[in-house]
Amino acid sequence: MRSSIIQVDDLSASYQKNKVLSNVNFNVEEGTITAIVGPNGAGKSTLIKTMLGLHPQLTGTVRFWDTSFKIAKKKIGYVPQRGSVDWDFPTDALDVVTMGLYGKIGWFRFPSRKDKEKAMNALKKMGMESYAHRQISQLSGGQQQRVFLARALAQDAELYFMDEPLAGVDASTEKAIMAILKELKRKGKTVLVVHHDLQTVPEYFDHVLLLNKTVYAHGKTEEVFTKDNIATTYGGNMQWIGKGDQYVVHATSQ
Amino acid sequence: MWSTLLHSNTIWVLLSTMILGFAAGGIGCLAYWKRQNLMSDALSHAALPGVVVAFFIIQEKNLLLLVIGAAASALLGAFLIQWITNASRITEDTAMGMTLSVFYGVGIMLLSIANRSAGGNQSGLNSFIYGQAAAMVRSDVITMVVLAGIVILIIFIGFKEWKLYLFDAAFAKGIGMSVRSMNVLYTIVLVTTIVIGIQAVGVILMAAMLIIPAVSARYWTHSFRNMILLSSLVGGAAGALGTWISSTGSGLPTGPFIVLVSAAIFAISLLFGKEKGIIIRFIQFKVQQRDSERNQFVMDKGGSQ
Repeated sequence: MRSSIIQVDDLSASYQKNKVLSNVNFNVEEGTITAIVGPNGAGKSTLIKTMLGLHPQLTGTVRFWDTSFKIAKKKIGYVPQRGSVDWDFPTDALDVVTMGLYGKIGWFRFPSRKDKEKAMNALKKMGMESYAHRQISQLSGGQQQRVFLARALAQDAELYFMDEPLAGVDASTEKAIMAILKELKRKGKTVLVVHHDLQTVPEYFDHVLLLNKTVYAHGKTEEVFTKDNIATTYGGNMQWIGKGDQYVVHATSQ
Repeated sequence: MWSTLLHSNTIWVLLSTMILGFAAGGIGCLAYWKRQNLMSDALSHAALPGVVVAFFIIQEKNLLLLVIGAAASALLGAFLIQWITNASRITEDTAMGMTLSVFYGVGIMLLSIANRSAGGNQSGLNSFIYGQAAAMVRSDVITMVVLAGIVILIIFIGFKEWKLYLFDAAFAKGIGMSVRSMNVLYTIVLVTTIVIGIQAVGVILMAAMLIIPAVSARYWTHSFRNMILLSSLVGGAAGALGTWISSTGSGLPTGPFIVLVSAAIFAISLLFGKEKGIIIRFIQFKVQQRDSERNQFVMDKGGSQ
């Protein structure tokens, strides 16, 4: 058994009156790619935001490599939802990717030629080198997502959190992103991905965390990604559509 | 006309409004991307009671001390806006609107009391409403230039950090930047610019010095660095030109002329702006239209053969 690099104990969080997470417990092993799945409003994004200190936590502890987030944060990369920033901001794709290096460049220093090269390499990996000097407002949604991924690559972290990187992207972008995830896994990095498409879970992820305000099941995909677990997570009142192993669920009633 | 300009005090005043405009243009660009244009308006109105209270305490017109009073009440205003927004269901713009008018009302009330008191009406406190750059003496000018210089330095030294903070604060936090201290620094820089500007431009029109240069610059460039530079230059030019125009007549307030000059620059940018101007957009559209018509023509010809 490999060592756990994330330990989450009794985590809870809320938005004003609504408690969105309670009693969340799980450990993540090094070198795994975990999908965080659950219905809308299950607190998937809130979970990773709370773990990264971007949302206040009510109770519980989150430890990375047996230390606090403050000490570990240089080794952690975060890919926010595409909609979380203003894409009208006056800058180009290469510049956004270079932002991933700001932590290493240090305060009040300008990025060197070498830093720009690193950023360019990250863009290349995402197949975006010809868009390096394109205004970010003129990129398509999938391209914007690739730029965000490239920024995370440039950061060269050990552990990545990604908030719905595959939401609303076309097939080629999805492939490009998944190729990068597999490469990260090969390099021994750990990735947690908020994911919404149940069908692709077994193909893309080796671990899965079923979340609906609390953890319903967590472990190896082939062991825990079962119809029963999915049905309890999504509220029980589910109807199965499609044939064979296709994981399509529809709520018949709330 | 030239004699007024060459009058030594006018030169000094002109220099200081130019530097003020430069600083305000730069910080205005930050406020623009923080989506807090109305905030600067609220803060400048909120500064007025602080000026008068400071005058009551020290009983003389010392710009540095009045500026400290102004900063204190502007910060109090900022704190109130934050508190009202967090503690109630009232939205931020409503909270700003309320704070703005209440503070301004209190300021005007205190001002009328000050004007009735001995020495009050000679103090030139009224100039804080519409701005009277010509009323500034050399020590005022030095205070203003030093503070504006510090503001400009902070904006340009931390250029890369400001960019990340404004574009993606969550990511900035993730790579170890303290977003809270950036927020504090931003508020301090914004309040400093506002309070040194109100003597020259007045509390009512100070917001225009922060807002108009930034939106004008937006029409010319797609680079954040160029936008800050351009916004600063527009602010500086408007400050200098507006002061010069108001100095040609006697007793003309400075603020309105600075605002009119920047509004003229904005109108020019809106029309002729290189990146987002109305004319360039129209030309781009026409070029595209002609190209696609020609392609259509080629395709038709190809089809008939």
